[in-house]
Amino acid sequence: MPTLIRLDAAGFRLASNDWLDLGDEDEAVDGPILVSAARFAAQADELLTGNRPVGVRLRSEEPVEPLAYDLPRLALVALEFPKFRDGRPYTAAQLLRTRYGFTGEIRAVGEVLREQAGFMVRCGFDAFEPADGSGPEDWGRAAGLFRHVYQVAADGRPPAFVERAR
Amino acid sequence: MPSAIYQYDAIDSAMLADRVAEFRGQVARRLAGELTEDQFKPLRLMNGLYLQLHAYMLRVAIPYGTLRSPQLRRLADVARRYDRGYGHFTTRQNIQFHWIKLKDAPDILEALAADDLHAIQTSGNCIRNVTADPYAGATADEVDDPRVWSEAIRQWSTFHPEFSYLPRKFKIAVTAAPKDRTAARAHDIGLQLRRNREGELGFEVMVGGGQGRQPFLAPTIREHLPVRHLLSYLQAVLRTYNRHGRRDNIHKARIKVLVAQLGAEEFARQVEAEWAATDKAAVDLPDTELARIRGAFRIHPFEPRRGPSPAFETAKAADPAFARFVRNNVLAHKVPGYAIVNVSLKAPGETPGDCSADQMDAVADLADAHSFGEVRVTYQQNLVLPHVPLDDVPAVFAGLQAIGLATANIDLASDIIACPGLDYCSLANARAINIAQDIAGRFALPERAEAVGELKIKISGCINACGHHHLGHIGILGVDKKGEEFYQLSLGGSGEEDASLARILGPALSGPGVVDAVERLVDAYMGRRLDGERFLDTYRRLGAEPFKEAVYADAHPA
Repeated sequence: MPTLIRLDAAGFRLASNDWLDLGDEDEAVDGPILVSAARFAAQADELLTGNRPVGVRLRSEEPVEPLAYDLPRLALVALEFPKFRDGRPYTAAQLLRTRYGFTGEIRAVGEVLREQAGFMVRCGFDAFEPADGSGPEDWGRAAGLFRHVYQVAADGRPPAFVERAR
Repeated sequence: MPSAIYQYDAIDSAMLADRVAEFRGQVARRLAGELTEDQFKPLRLMNGLYLQLHAYMLRVAIPYGTLRSPQLRRLADVARRYDRGYGHFTTRQNIQFHWIKLKDAPDILEALAADDLHAIQTSGNCIRNVTADPYAGATADEVDDPRVWSEAIRQWSTFHPEFSYLPRKFKIAVTAAPKDRTAARAHDIGLQLRRNREGELGFEVMVGGGQGRQPFLAPTIREHLPVRHLLSYLQAVLRTYNRHGRRDNIHKARIKVLVAQLGAEEFARQVEAEWAATDKAAVDLPDTELARIRGAFRIHPFEPRRGPSPAFETAKAADPAFARFVRNNVLAHKVPGYAIVNVSLKAPGETPGDCSADQMDAVADLADAHSFGEVRVTYQQNLVLPHVPLDDVPAVFAGLQAIGLATANIDLASDIIACPGLDYCSLANARAINIAQDIAGRFALPERAEAVGELKIKISGCINACGHHHLGHIGILGVDKKGEEFYQLSLGGSGEEDASLARILGPALSGPGVVDAVERLVDAYMGRRLDGERFLDTYRRLGAEPFKEAVYADAHPA
């Protein structure tokens, strides 16, 4: 199981990953489960009635819109980076946070590298499964390199034009 | 002298300092072997550092093509200390240093940052340096200063968390004049500032232009975007592209392919739908910030003067060389009594766009003495002194003569755009510089070049089209045929307001063959042109036939 790093008010911390990543054929279990978008679309009510936390795993080409009405019932959306150069999950995370008001966990999975820390945090990711062996200290350092930002994003950091107006 | 162009405040400067610190750490890890070249590549590319045939190349941004004189001196300093004493101005208003050592790169970036210069996003699949009309603030035909909006875009696009891993690179051009000096329709987004019937400023938004192996001119997806919504609308375009642009094939990944496949209307519909759902108030700059940026582009204390300048007129009458320079390189300024002076980097025998450190210093001095300390860079790879009093033009001419930069050939046959080609670039199939030099040599006689008139020759050493061959009145593309350099001719392109893509004329020719062919094309044009027709006009009127005949008649006897 890959390392899981979570970001909260106290910073980046190692966390235990108690989510079971289910294949589409696997039987649902009692604990928290993560399923594909296709499986969720087909079995949402059935999966959710178990009173267990449910998360959805989105491939980078899958849109977030079909999840919109179910988001309040989801505890986790895992966005997959098939390659670190695939930038679609950044948009997906921004939409989940700023357009659909999702307050659950958004986790970066796949080719997740510390160099992406700053951008991921800004777009609203708050959990990370790094693929480069990096730990919470690396992520804290990488995400804190820049003292200012120029644009609004899901993290709510005041951009330069707001700082200047103060 | 107080600057009248945007200078970085503490926040802008901190952004550069933090970036330099980050890159310094990355280079140290690379040099220590902690990062492989594969892992390091995307990191160095985001700092403008390419690995080329002989050395690293560093591409430094010149945002919206505007330089203050200390910035030009800083570029000269980098050329001297870290390169071989020169730099190469590119078709995107950037400058490249071709002989850089990796270990020096962080120090160079730190030196550049001292004068608000950087290499951020000059490569990689992100929003690149914004280009703008090089005559901004000087030309009478603009409805607004495009640099205000370019600076807003520069800030918004810098380290944009959502748009730094796009399917492919992304280039934006901004112009506010009906005469397009930015090749707006050849960009991923071209923005043309206009006033509508109610007198309100807005952008015509053109999306999906580009060159490379599949050239497209950008269709207009919105006729009039109120200027205050620029950033939210750009976000909608970029978001649509980031989500739906192709990522399976690098050659189909530019936004031009998405727009072409969906059709401009459907693409526009998707952008408008995204934009309608956007919280515009959060994304768009507040009026206070726009006013702050606008205020930084102060208007110089011009002293308008009606009537002729005796010094200028006397010099023109006395010196035919000066008169020629005025005819070809000097344009009217919006303020009476001033001129826009173009500085050609296309002297006979030189590499198009190259400029030595000594020349940069001298141009900076001329700018201080005669142009309010301002210098511009054009996509034609030339420089501009944008605000020269007419009285001073003779002194500027003399100063340029002294450093070999007084070539009077702007927009003439010897004012050739060329990429670095196989002499430097690892992507190139053929050399471009030598072809440019040989063609320019055929038109080295100023009388001849002037008699031919406006003729835009553009040469690319490979299909990536950095030399804009698709937009040349005569475009030349270097190709590799079994290890030999050949050149394909295209005619009829334009990157201006009458934009069109050049069409291939016939089979590729050898290097010497293509140089001869250009002369024959010119002869064919001279024999057929009507009064006032440029080469492009004659080609458009007559079509390819007479030109094909001129080039290939001997090769394929009837």
